[in-house]
Amino acid sequence: MSASPLLAVEGLTRRFQGLVAVDSVDLAVREGTVHGLIGPNGAGKTTLFNMVSGVLAPSAGTVRLDGRALDGLAPYRRTALGLARTFQNIRIFSEMTVLENVMTGLHTRLSARLGILLRSPGFRAEERGAKARARDLLAFVGLSEAADLRAGALPYGDQRRLEIARALACEPRLLLLDEPAAGMNPAETHALLALLRRLRDERGLTLLLVEHDMPLVMSLCDRLTVLNFGRRIADGTPAEVRAHPAVIEAYLGAGTAQAGTAQGHPDAHPQGAVS
Amino acid sequence: MWQTLDDFYWTYQSLIHGIGVNGILALSIYVVLAVGQLSLGQAAFMGVGAYTGALLTVKFGTPFAVSMAAAAAVPALIALVVGGPTLRLTGVYLAIATIGLGEITRIVFLNWDYAGGALGLSGIPEKGGVLAIYGTLAVVLIALILVARSRIGRAMEAMREDEAAAGVMGVNLPRYRMTALVVSSGLAGIAGCLSAHVSSFIGPNEYGFETAVTILSYALLGGIGSPVAPVLGAAILTLLPEVLRPLADFRLMVNGLIIVVAVLFMPRGILPWRIARTG
Amino acid sequence: MLEQQLVNGVVLGATYALFALGFTLMFGVMGVINLTYGVYFAVGAFAALWSTQALGLPIAAALPLGALIAGVIAVAIDTLLLTRLRKAKAPELASLMVTLGATLFLYAGMAASLGTEIRRFPAAVFDGGAYDLGAVRIGTTQILIFGAAVALVVALMALVRGSRLGLAIRAVAENPDAAALMGINGGLMLRVVSFLSGAIGGAAGVLVGLNFNAIQPFMGEHMMLRGFAVIIVGGLGDLRGALAAGLLLGFAEVLTAAYVSSTFKDLTAFALLVATLWFRPLGLFGRAAAKRA
Repeated sequence: MSASPLLAVEGLTRRFQGLVAVDSVDLAVREGTVHGLIGPNGAGKTTLFNMVSGVLAPSAGTVRLDGRALDGLAPYRRTALGLARTFQNIRIFSEMTVLENVMTGLHTRLSARLGILLRSPGFRAEERGAKARARDLLAFVGLSEAADLRAGALPYGDQRRLEIARALACEPRLLLLDEPAAGMNPAETHALLALLRRLRDERGLTLLLVEHDMPLVMSLCDRLTVLNFGRRIADGTPAEVRAHPAVIEAYLGAGTAQAGTAQGHPDAHPQGAVS
Repeated sequence: MWQTLDDFYWTYQSLIHGIGVNGILALSIYVVLAVGQLSLGQAAFMGVGAYTGALLTVKFGTPFAVSMAAAAAVPALIALVVGGPTLRLTGVYLAIATIGLGEITRIVFLNWDYAGGALGLSGIPEKGGVLAIYGTLAVVLIALILVARSRIGRAMEAMREDEAAAGVMGVNLPRYRMTALVVSSGLAGIAGCLSAHVSSFIGPNEYGFETAVTILSYALLGGIGSPVAPVLGAAILTLLPEVLRPLADFRLMVNGLIIVVAVLFMPRGILPWRIARTG
Repeated sequence: MLEQQLVNGVVLGATYALFALGFTLMFGVMGVINLTYGVYFAVGAFAALWSTQALGLPIAAALPLGALIAGVIAVAIDTLLLTRLRKAKAPELASLMVTLGATLFLYAGMAASLGTEIRRFPAAVFDGGAYDLGAVRIGTTQILIFGAAVALVVALMALVRGSRLGLAIRAVAENPDAAALMGINGGLMLRVVSFLSGAIGGAAGVLVGLNFNAIQPFMGEHMMLRGFAVIIVGGLGDLRGALAAGLLLGFAEVLTAAYVSSTFKDLTAFALLVATLWFRPLGLFGRAAAKRA
């Protein structure tokens, strides 16, 4: 237990017209670990992600990245500070090429202004560097061949990998992954698992992921936080969480106790709230 | 040979001017559409530019370059005030606020005695001409192509496709939207100023709703995959009533119909080619 | 003097509120700013004018007829233009642009076929005289306008808030997919709402046409500026907000014309609109429909 966590979430709460989607949740993600966020449908996982990445404003609570409070910062500011994310329903820029998608992720790392109009040597060098960097990332996720294709034309699993490459281009310290394995076949899931491990082990990246694929979660994550009805019901190593009575009840027997509003189907949409 | 060319120019002078001015207007709406927003204030910005430039030239005798600079600056300033809050909100608010702006500009010009009121402003000296119009068009077109092929062009296209995802990629959304609106209104103002100085007369009713929608139809017909497309759209829609004389009386209906058909059946326009986004 | 202005303000405000109510209802349920709304306004006025002139109908019959015709046209236009985009779940700006193109087409068409000169109702429509109440003079036409506007507003609010049909409409507005699962015919509800909004827009056109006794194809275009102001000041999709904002604009315009200048009267709507965007972007009551993702 060394230094303070990279991501510290304290008392984070979000209410939607009387419905409490996320209820005063605490969460600490340590640098260099893979942290899983799990829970049945409507548990508030995506809502929590949206608040951490700045897409949604919290009703109460704070989010700190490496000790710095992110409250009120727009998403683009958080990106510059080292936060990146993928979306539950893939949101690549489908009209752009695969390479251009990744280069868009480099946005905050590029600074050309007037040089763009003058085609100055500085701009050319920066653009060349960006292209090379984007190609490296595509190679890392195994999409080198597809660089010049229209992103929307990629198969589903490749689009997921492109989204990860694009997020990596933001050069994040913390990467939020919202159901990266959703819709993938077993082979694709297996490749994803290997990719995510390499992100942690080779690049020292810290990951926070929401995922319903339990085998993937259990074998990948260093630590898990379990949400149910917007509250944190357990937190610990995968082994601890698996044995936790509240977790077992939430996943297996909640129906009788909780009026059957939430069910643990991993394939349905866990979108907790209406907008 | 020269004689023929000269005759040609004099016969089709206003058409030649029109194609160039409308090309600049098409680029002005393109800049807004390219970041996924809709402005219906282009005609109003054009009108403000035309009045600003013409008043300076006629009443103060300023050099043409100064009139042009002011004609770009004043609409840009108005865009800043009207767009300031609007651009933080959804596209619908901007569309509505800019329609309102168009109606207001008309009323102001109509009642502003110093600027000729309902009679408009006449006797504007001819300045600039074909060279200034097409020179401006070329410079703006090239600048927009260069911008399109850079990190800014990538950010703009990303915003148009998925604004939230673009924000997460680190694109400063409010700033991009605001810059696009300000640049676009400045361009419209320049187009207004150029056209005022070749037509010698401007009136309060030339910059209303119909003109705003017509400018939009240039970009929707041409497409917005590249900056070239809207210019092509403007050229076609300016020539069409000339080529098909019987259509001339129904020009506005045709423009309206083109918008409907373009949005419903050919959302990429007639020039769907998409410009590459790397420099 | 002030009393007289207040009476005029109430009458004008009631028609603005009525106009905006149809507009904001359309947005609230369809999620689309339908710019052809201004056309229904002019259609209603022309239909009423035609039925008083050609058919010799009294205004009490011409008003519902004008509303009916405008409502039918609204359903036709909505079906023709927006069904396809709704199916494709197109972005809201695409729908806005389609209605924009259609608006230009329809205005230009009406101007070409009907002419742009200002037309007036036959004098017989107005021979009701007026009542003097102290310093205030109220025309029977004004009473008719105010009465009809209030009756329509009350009827619509009762329908939307207090009937099974209204419940179904609100369900479709809230969540079309869930409403479909509950057995509500979403397509039918959209047509009902189109008809209601079109009819309200048409009725407002008749009443405003009566108020100023001036009818021409572009009357809807000029009214739309006020419509925008009212639905934004009231909060997009907020029915009660539209009522309050409509009355507010009516008063503001009448008082501006009386005490400042009639030129500024036309600027009032825009001033209110911009002030709202700056200071209360969610409308008077802060309840503008949230952006649809």
